[in-house]
Order: sequence, then structure tokens, then C-alpha cells
Amino acid sequence: MSKKEQHTTLQVPAIEHGTVIDHIPSHATLTVVKILSVLEDLVTIGINLSSHVMGRKGVVKIANRKLSPDEVAKIAIIAPRATLSIIESYEVVKKYTVTPPDVVEGIVRCVNPSCITNHETVRTRFSVAKAEDGGLRLRCAYCERAYDQEEIEIV
Amino acid sequence: MSFAGSDVISVADFSREQILHILAAAEKAERGQLPMFTSRKVMAVLFFEPSTRTRLSFESAMQRLGGTVIGFADASSTSTRKGESLFDTIRMVENYADVLVIRHPLEGSARLAAEAASPPVINGGDGANQHPTQTFLDLFAIRKTHPRFGAAGEPPLRIGFLGDLKYGRTVHSLSIALSHFPCELVFISPPSLALPRHIKEILTDRGVACVEGERVEQHIDSLDILYVVRLQKERFADQLEYERVRGAYVLQAGMLARVKPNLRILHPLPRVGEITTDVDRTPHAYYFAQAGLGVPVRQAILALVLGLV
Repeated sequence: MSKKEQHTTLQVPAIEHGTVIDHIPSHATLTVVKILSVLEDLVTIGINLSSHVMGRKGVVKIANRKLSPDEVAKIAIIAPRATLSIIESYEVVKKYTVTPPDVVEGIVRCVNPSCITNHETVRTRFSVAKAEDGGLRLRCAYCERAYDQEEIEIV
Repeated sequence: MSFAGSDVISVADFSREQILHILAAAEKAERGQLPMFTSRKVMAVLFFEPSTRTRLSFESAMQRLGGTVIGFADASSTSTRKGESLFDTIRMVENYADVLVIRHPLEGSARLAAEAASPPVINGGDGANQHPTQTFLDLFAIRKTHPRFGAAGEPPLRIGFLGDLKYGRTVHSLSIALSHFPCELVFISPPSLALPRHIKEILTDRGVACVEGERVEQHIDSLDILYVVRLQKERFADQLEYERVRGAYVLQAGMLARVKPNLRILHPLPRVGEITTDVDRTPHAYYFAQAGLGVPVRQAILALVLGLV
């Protein structure tokens, strides 16, 4: 572990059991917390931590909980480079980078006010593609508008 | 290739081969070579917003194939006024018809209708999104005026678009459909009404050569097709800006002095002053003939989705 990583660890205390979501864009950190609806869980949050790769990053640690596939998909949409670590007895037993799915259903709201999905009870559906800048572009299957990941709203 | 039972929602769903198949069927329809239905077929036209041209040409097309038509021409006479959802309306109507044609002001409504209904659904326009049968009509007009269009080994056609390219859905759909064919696209508009980024991205991804400009005079002499659309006053936040730029986007006969002999001017109509009437008398005007292609193209689409051909 580098000195910088040790320093980061000190800033956000370790958890005994649970999940660590690392490499979140700082501005998206609180959205990740919101997605996880962690009202009952012990959560520690770090924002604007220094990162080799990202400059600044966010970290969210949730004690005693693993994420559902739906939650991982949502995180992948707003933080496509996030890494997830599963922690047991303070040890990382599994670590992986999230993979944005090709299609996301029911987790993103279309921000086009004229889209039928904002007027009827419809499970939204977006195709997901890599944009030129490395971010994601999401295209609504209904109104066919495409959005940068910064523009979208999670349901 | 079979289209029987298929929906027609967005040009983005169609491959080059499928588009050429539709155009071939439209040619048959125009020559009176499509068969008639041997069993009674019913088309429901569900027009939640008014449109004379699209609705009448669909009705004419269905009747020419020997089918019958039910439906409504505006939403005020339907139970949507009582608060019924589009999804429920479609689930009800699907029991009454073999094919549904829907026009609705909300974008994505036709896709939702297709998910709700078992019979084929044809999109007659969903807000600012798609109007695929207009695009097939436009492609058929290009094919009629440039008969080698779409043939293998042909040099690319140079196709210009003039006017409001930001909100003009016919421009968006046609340019995406053209990306299947060898062509160079020239987009001429005021900067504030330029082609939207999400359309440009699709064209760039598909390797289409695109040029953007503001002055039609700089490009018109090199074009094979010029597709003109209206500049709509209500699209300008500043009305003075509208008055200032509108003159630059009016096509007049005098501008055609040095154009290619085979240049043909298309327009989805209605026009409101963006092509002066003196252009009508030149051999380059094709917009009225283009409008007449609506019936054979819609005959072809109905015949295909109902499994007649």
C-alpha cells in the first residue's frame, strides 16, 4: 500500500464487514449514497479524497451489507470507473470494477419532458454506450434522445 | 425478407436491405402491381393530434389495397379525455384492427403503443422524434429523381439540408436513413438551429461525410438533392434574430442559375415562404411530385407488415 493510500484509509475508517465503493467521481458521491437508500446502515463517506488516477475521488463504505445487482448497475451508470470491495473481518475478499450494462431498465429517468415515459407508467429503458470522452452516453429507447451521464437522473 | 407482423416505429430500426425492400415494394405499388387483400383487413388510425396529409394518405393507401379504415382524427373524441392512458387505449383498440397507425404529440408514444399491441403498429409521427413513413417517402423521392441511388458502385450523392435542422424531425430521420447509402451530407442552417449533437454523433459513428455551413449559395451548385425545411418563427427566442436570418434561408429561382442539371429540390410541405413560387416552374422543383408519393409508399408499408407481399 502506498503512503497516499494509507493516508486515504486513515481519512475514511475501515469497516469490519460490508462493502467499499471506491473511485467515485467526487460530485457523484452523495448520489451513490442516495441510490443505496442506506437509512438503516452504518455508512462512512469521503469526498474529495486525493487519487492518483482521478485527481479527486469519493469513497462510500457501508457496514454489514452487500449490494444487489440493481444497485451495482445504478452505480455503474453514475460512476463507471468505481471499484467495489467486499470486506469480511477487515479483509478484502473480493474486489472488482463495475461494468456499465449495455441496457438499463427502470433505473434512469428520461429528462425529456415530452418523452412518453414521463406521462405514462412505463419502465424506462436506456441503451448505454461509451462516449468519446470516456464517459457514458445513454439513449432513451422511447424518445431516442441521448444524454451524457452527467445529465441523467436516477429513479 | 419478411416484414409480416413487424412494427414501423423508427428509421433507426431499419437496415439498408430493409429500406431497399420497402422502396422496391413502393415501386410496385406505384405501377399498380401490388395484390389486393383477399380477406377483410381493418386499419385503425389513432390520431391524437391533427394531420391531414399523413392520415388521408394512409387511408387512401389502405383502401387501394382493398382494406377498410376505422379511427379518429383528434384526441378530443376519445376516452383519453377521461384520463385513459395511451397504453390502455391501445390494448382496447388492438382487438378491433389488424394494423394500427398512431400519431401522438409525445415522443416515444409509438414505441409504447407497439409494446402494448399485438398487431403491427406504424408510427405516423411521435412529437419531435420520428416520422418513418415520411422518411421512406423522402427516400423514394430521391430514388425516383436519381434512379441509381442505392445501387452498388454508384458515386455518392451530395445531399443538402436547408433551414431549421435542429427541430426538423424529417431531417433527423432522413439523414440517419441516408447513412446506409453512399452520400455526402451538407447541413445549411443558422448556427442556433444547427443539426443536434446526438444526430451528428450517429452520422459520424457510421462514417458519413458531413459538412456544415450557413450560406446556401456556397453549396447549392455542387448538390444533387436539396431538402428544404421551414424556419419556424416560434423557434427563435429573439424575433429580431428571426427577421434578420429568414431572408438568408429563402430559396429563389435566381439562385439556381449554375446548379447541376440533375439537382432536385425536396420539401416535406407545407412550405411557408421558404421556397418562392418562381422555383415551382423550374425543372428542379420536385416537392409536389414528392408529396404524391405518400400513397404508394404507405401502400407498400401496409402490404409488407400485413404479409400481403
